[in-house]
Formats: sequence, C-alpha cells, structure tokens
Amino acid sequence: MKLITAIIKPFKLDDVKSALETFGLSGMTVSEASGFGRQGGHTEVYRGAEYTVDLIPKVRLEVLVDDSDADSVVDVIVKSAQTGRIGDGKVWVVPVDAVVRVRTGERGSQAL
Amino acid sequence: MPELNTGDTAWVLAATSMVLLMTPGLAFFYGGMTRAKSTLNMMMMSFITIAIVSVIWVIFGYSLAFGDSGSAYVGEFSLSGLGGAVNELTNNGGVYPIPLLAFAAFQLMFAVITPALISGALADRTKFIAWAVFVTIWVTIVYFPVAHWVFDFGTKQADGTITGAGWLAASGVEDFAGGTAVHINAGAAALALVIVLGKRIGFRKDPMRPHNLPLVMIGAGLLWFGWFGFNAGSALGANGTAALALMNTQVATAAALGGWLLVEKIRDGHPTSLGAASGAVAGLVAITPACAFVAPWGAVVIGALAGIICSLAVGLKYKLGYDDSLDVVGVHLVGGIVGCLLIGFLGTHTVNSLGLDGVLYGGGFTLLGKQAVGVVAVLAYSFIVAFILGIIIDKTIGFRITRDAELEGIDVTEHLESAYDFEPRGGSSGGLASVLHGSSTTATLEKTEVSS
Repeated sequence: MKLITAIIKPFKLDDVKSALETFGLSGMTVSEASGFGRQGGHTEVYRGAEYTVDLIPKVRLEVLVDDSDADSVVDVIVKSAQTGRIGDGKVWVVPVDAVVRVRTGERGSQAL
Repeated sequence: MPELNTGDTAWVLAATSMVLLMTPGLAFFYGGMTRAKSTLNMMMMSFITIAIVSVIWVIFGYSLAFGDSGSAYVGEFSLSGLGGAVNELTNNGGVYPIPLLAFAAFQLMFAVITPALISGALADRTKFIAWAVFVTIWVTIVYFPVAHWVFDFGTKQADGTITGAGWLAASGVEDFAGGTAVHINAGAAALALVIVLGKRIGFRKDPMRPHNLPLVMIGAGLLWFGWFGFNAGSALGANGTAALALMNTQVATAAALGGWLLVEKIRDGHPTSLGAASGAVAGLVAITPACAFVAPWGAVVIGALAGIICSLAVGLKYKLGYDDSLDVVGVHLVGGIVGCLLIGFLGTHTVNSLGLDGVLYGGGFTLLGKQAVGVVAVLAYSFIVAFILGIIIDKTIGFRITRDAELEGIDVTEHLESAYDFEPRGGSSGGLASVLHGSSTTATLEKTEVSS
C-alpha cells in the first residue's frame, strides 16, 4: 500500500476531488496547509509598505491506495491539479506498512 | 430669553448619537488593521475610553472645558455634576435655543473620540491599565483645556458682553469641528507616545498586515456616517450652516478617497481597499475644521490634497523609524494640519458671514497666520504634555506589556480572550490555531510552541 500526499492550489481541490471520484477512489483526507516551495512567497502592499507573505495557503490532500493504483492516482492528481503556472504544488508517494479500519479491525488492502 | 427650538434640539440630539457611533466605528477601523492576536485589545482601548471620559465629563470635565472661569486657557473646576443644568439653554458666545445638556452631551462625544484616536499608534503593546490612566489624565490636563481654547466662545451676558472665551476662539482661529482640538491634538499626543513606547517587536522585519480588511471598511463607513453628526452637528442647529458642513464633508471625503487611490495606483500599481478607507478618513479629518468656512469646491480641493498628502505622509514612519502602528500621525496630525492651514487659502465669507476671506479670496495672509498659531499652539502643548505624562507612566506603573506577552498576543495576556475561534473542535487548542492564522512569523510560532 502507498500513501499519496498532494499539496495543491486550494481552488483546484474540486477538480482533483471529482477526478479522483471518477477514477473510483473511495476516500481521501483534506486539510488546509500553508507553505512555500520554489515559488517563494509574494509581496502585498499596505499603505505603501511592502510585506513579504512567505507562507501561501495550500490544500493538503492524502489518499491511501493499493500499490497497483499508485501511479495512476498520481497521474490523475497531477493532471487535474495542473494549471501550468508556478505554485501548482507537489505530489509524493511513500510506502505504508499497515492500515487498519477502526470500525471493523480489518487490516491491509481490505481496510482501504 | 429665546425659547427652546425643537428642530434644532432634535438635530443636535441625533448628531450626538451619530458622533458616539464614531468611536465603536474607530474600534472596527483600527481593530481590523491589527494582527488577529491583538484586535480585541485595540477595540477595547476605544471602548474603555468611552467609559472613562463619559463619567469624568459629568463629574468635572464639562466645567473644566466650558465652565466660565473668566480664563482664556481653562474652564472652571467644579464638581457640579451637571445636575443644575436641566432647564438651561446653551450659551456659547451667544444663546442657542437648545438645552445645555444637549450641547454638553454633543461635546462629550468629541472628548471621547479624541483620546480614542491616539490608541491606533500604540497597537499590540500597551498595558491596558496604563492606557486607562493615560486617558484619564490626558483628557483632564490636555483635552479639556484645549477644548476650552478652541470651542468655548464664552458666556454672553445679559448686557451683551462675552466672558471667559477660549484664547484661540477669541483670536479668530477658524476650527469649526475640531481640526486642532481633536485631530492635531490626538495626532501630536500619538507621536509623543510612539517615541515613549518604542517600536513593536519585529517592526519593519515581520509582516504586520491588517488581519481583517472588511472590518476596516465597516469602521470607515461608520466613521463617515457619524462624521456628518460631528461636522454638521457643530452648527448646533438645523440650519444652512449645518447643510453646508454636511455637503462639504461628503465631497471632501469623496475627493480624498480618490486622491489616496490615485497615489497608490501611480506609485504601487494597485488601488487598495485599505487605501480607500484611509483616504476617506484623511478627507474627513481635513474637512473637519473647514467644513463651515469653505465653498463645496474648496472642500473638494481640501479633500483631494489631504488624500494625496496623507498617503505620502504615512510612509515617513519607516524612514524615520517611528512605529506609529496604524498611522495616527500620518492621517490625523497631517490631515488636521492640512485642513486647518487650507482654510487660510480657501476660507470665504460668502458661505459664512462669520468667516474671514483666505488668500485666494483676497483676504491676504491674516487668516492663514491665525490658523498657523492655532496649529502650532495645540500641537506643541499636546505633544509636550503627552510626552512627559507618557514617561511618568512608563517609569511608575510601566506603559508596555512584557516581551513574552507581546509575542504571545496582547488579547490573551491582557484580556484572556481570543477574537476568533478557528479551531473546528471548538477551541480546545484555540491558542495555537489563532496564532497560526493570525501571523506567519516564525518568531511567534516558535514562541507558542515553546509555551504550550
């Protein structure tokens, strides 16, 4: 099993969510996040004074998938989250040792 | 003895209520501009001022400002409590057909908002009890005497003589609704306290952007509305002067809003909502002394110049290194000076038989000279007394909160409250959440993580 974590632009969340639903995924976890990557921050001007805002709002999306689905799910996320402009975010995949469904105690792929 | 006029009285009572609303409006205006961790304290500084000054006013403040002591510099000190004034009419250089208590209540609202204006310069770092002490003493030894100088036209006696007029009022300084007594007075005191208190931690280094600009816009809207009471109410009657003041207030504010945005568009590339709110307030400030002495086109000129000059002035604090947090000096002191001095150019007796002609109406420099005296006198007195008072408070009870408290956020440390609950679980870890949302400074984050 794999944990796929995607940091995306907040306004792309709906696109990514429906693309993943269309793909057949049955769940995901979404949280608000903030940070910066190569994009850096941006400057805002208040009464003529420039402020550097280095932490930009993003959405962090996490899904657990079977090993065989991982590559396709990553493709779905990247394709639906892409605007082509700087600041689109990142997706990464890490292996997961164990998954347990709390309600039933099922383990492994059955718990996904 | 003239009869009470119900129309005049109704307008002054309504105007009084409108001016009261300006102080909560100011609380929103300032409160939106601070960071999320100090917005409640910013608003509380205005609200406690309403409480303190109102009580002082009926006990001895009104007498000290408007009581007839025969002095040109201060009213009469008496603990009258205003109880005997119920059946009296207003006598201020002449008898107005409105109750004395209506005039006293109207002037109270001016006494309330003036110290409240100062609070914006002291955001994020002022000990609440020290602020309360400062307000109590400053209104007593600065605002009440200065109101006497500017607003007290004396008591007209039965034989027609006038006694006890304030020295600026008697010398013909034209300040209709408080460019000197309110705005220059507050701005100068703000500058003094900024020097006494010093900079906020992280000034010019950390981002201190306004946490809620819609709140700032609401505040500016309430100030604008209330200001019609402030300026047009100062006519003390429902008459042509009130109408002139109201129209001038509107067009000057509109022109200032445009002027400020024009500077931003040219200099920074974007007209901002904070600029619109600030420009409106700058225009309101500048037209305050002038609103009954200039023609509406003159008000447009005053407003436009105030918007442009104030928008340029607020940047000076970074060059000079003074942390006038919410630009009280740049807007109220500078705007007040602009308005008071421009009367010397644009004043005309054609709109107000009591007014003098300014430079542009062939009146020469006489009026401008008087205006300059008024500006310098109030600025110097307020600055010096506020500076000394500030130092005394700082050396005795302390004027600033501790460094740790300032980093954690003054709302929690001074009031044990948070303005916003961002935490979906209902605030079980609200402290961290509100700091996270309120500021992206790493200093604050590290501090919170250590302390929690």
